[in-house]
Amino acid sequence: MSALAYTRFETVRAFRNRRFFLFSLVFPLVLYFVIAGPNQGEHDLQGTGLSAPVYFMVSMASFGTMTAMLGTGARIAGERAVGWNRQLRISPLSAAAYLRAKVVIAYTMALLSLATLYIAGTILGVRLPAGEWIAMTMLILVGLIPFAALGVLLGHLLTTETIGPAIGGGTSLLALLSGTWFPLGQSGVVHAVAQALPSYWLVQANRVALGGHAWSLTGWLVVAGWSVVLTAAAARAFRRDTGRP
Amino acid sequence: MASAITPATETGIRLQGLVKSFRTPHGPVHAVRGVDVAIAPGETVALLGPNGAGKSTTIDMLLGLTRPDAGSVSLFGGTPEEAIGAGRIGAMLQTGALLRDLTVRELIAMMASLYPRPLDVDEVLDLTGLEATARQRTEKLSGGQAQRVRFAVALVSNPDLLVLDEPTVAMDVEGRHAFWATMREFAARGKTIVFATHYLEEADDFADRVVLMARGRVVADGPPTEIKARVGSRTIRATLPHADVEALRGLPGVAGAERRGASITLTCTDSDVAIRALLAAHPAAGDIEISGAALEEAFLQLTGDDAHDTEAAA
Repeated sequence: MSALAYTRFETVRAFRNRRFFLFSLVFPLVLYFVIAGPNQGEHDLQGTGLSAPVYFMVSMASFGTMTAMLGTGARIAGERAVGWNRQLRISPLSAAAYLRAKVVIAYTMALLSLATLYIAGTILGVRLPAGEWIAMTMLILVGLIPFAALGVLLGHLLTTETIGPAIGGGTSLLALLSGTWFPLGQSGVVHAVAQALPSYWLVQANRVALGGHAWSLTGWLVVAGWSVVLTAAAARAFRRDTGRP
Repeated sequence: MASAITPATETGIRLQGLVKSFRTPHGPVHAVRGVDVAIAPGETVALLGPNGAGKSTTIDMLLGLTRPDAGSVSLFGGTPEEAIGAGRIGAMLQTGALLRDLTVRELIAMMASLYPRPLDVDEVLDLTGLEATARQRTEKLSGGQAQRVRFAVALVSNPDLLVLDEPTVAMDVEGRHAFWATMREFAARGKTIVFATHYLEEADDFADRVVLMARGRVVADGPPTEIKARVGSRTIRATLPHADVEALRGLPGVAGAERRGASITLTCTDSDVAIRALLAAHPAAGDIEISGAALEEAFLQLTGDDAHDTEAAA
């Protein structure tokens, strides 16, 4: 009995899906060169203190990794649509091992997306000390925890028809409110709303490049809060979802 | 009779007083209204019934996929969850398609990896006639091929209990024959098999025992021959010019007689007695045919009549 083999086959499956490459890798990468490329010389993007290549590298990485994490939802919805969740539930694969496999795959995809944008960043001249690359990566991986749970939740609530638009629309809206396309400024209603979103703090991981602490206490609390709430909701949806498709 | 409740059922399957209703926009649907079945290890049992009889819901409760409103399920002396956790259950469920983006071989190997004592993947590919399709992607298969893959997935787990929900539904005649041939081989290894079907012929040909369901209840339970015996009758057809229908009706073992031209049809309570009596009284009778009632008739008679519900379930 090997949950490892299961994870391996599921990873193979995830890599064969073209949609993943398009939305988690190609799309953010192209946008990065389109947006950051012409502003390569901008050293202080709208008062953020960050160069345009650094700012948009993290922005696009947040978009790509968020999409990669929510891809779990598409995979689960796909399994449910063909009734494969039921086939798995009558196998000895435990619920914990199943969910672990899903999260491991999501993080693998997210790391791939992240690595792609880091490479693109260096192409546009981003140079950071090793410690900052690591700190940035760690913050993004922590900031993705709520999205790991959200992926599972959406996968159990939505169908294969609805999950595509939900992920596409949801990530676009979150990106807009989180300063992905342009910096939001440090005050006002939009800023207040943005601070309550986990995606905002993904983008804020860019502040590692300023030195010091990238996330305020608020940031840690928002990410922790969403992690707890979404994990509980995902667990509940997972348990309830035993019916036939 | 194989269905008798013996101490052996302690280690087999036991469904007791199962009840399940579903809420729908059109009011509650009572899918299963009290099912009691005990199955001994090594038995091959058909759950036979029309659509909506409660077969799939019963199977879902058997597998622990649906929680019964009342009643209990015991598999090999434990709960369904325990039996599943120990890898003792394999099932072919009624579903639309296969997991995509894998080859046939990968999918079967993936499922095999989840079980403690799987069969060899190549052996299963061979058993199910899938060697030629092993490298194809699952999403590119025909309906019959996909059904075979699902069968392979159930087999590779090498279970003690194999549950099949309408297993041959998408198969052609040839595929069906191959399927049941493989199943016979598997049953010969001492495995317990429970399958739902609405093909009467399959239940008749393959099962040791038929549990007939209608409207959420068990309406008959016994060997296929006994199910037929319950509704009477075998039929004798013969050519016998100028026969006296009244006299034919009076023959021992005959319940009814009809004549059309020179041919007669006798409905028998005991065809062995009736044929001897017929030939003794009418040596001229020719072109004799004796046929058993098709299970189809038994099926219509039993499921169409609610009066049988309570006594047959006992």
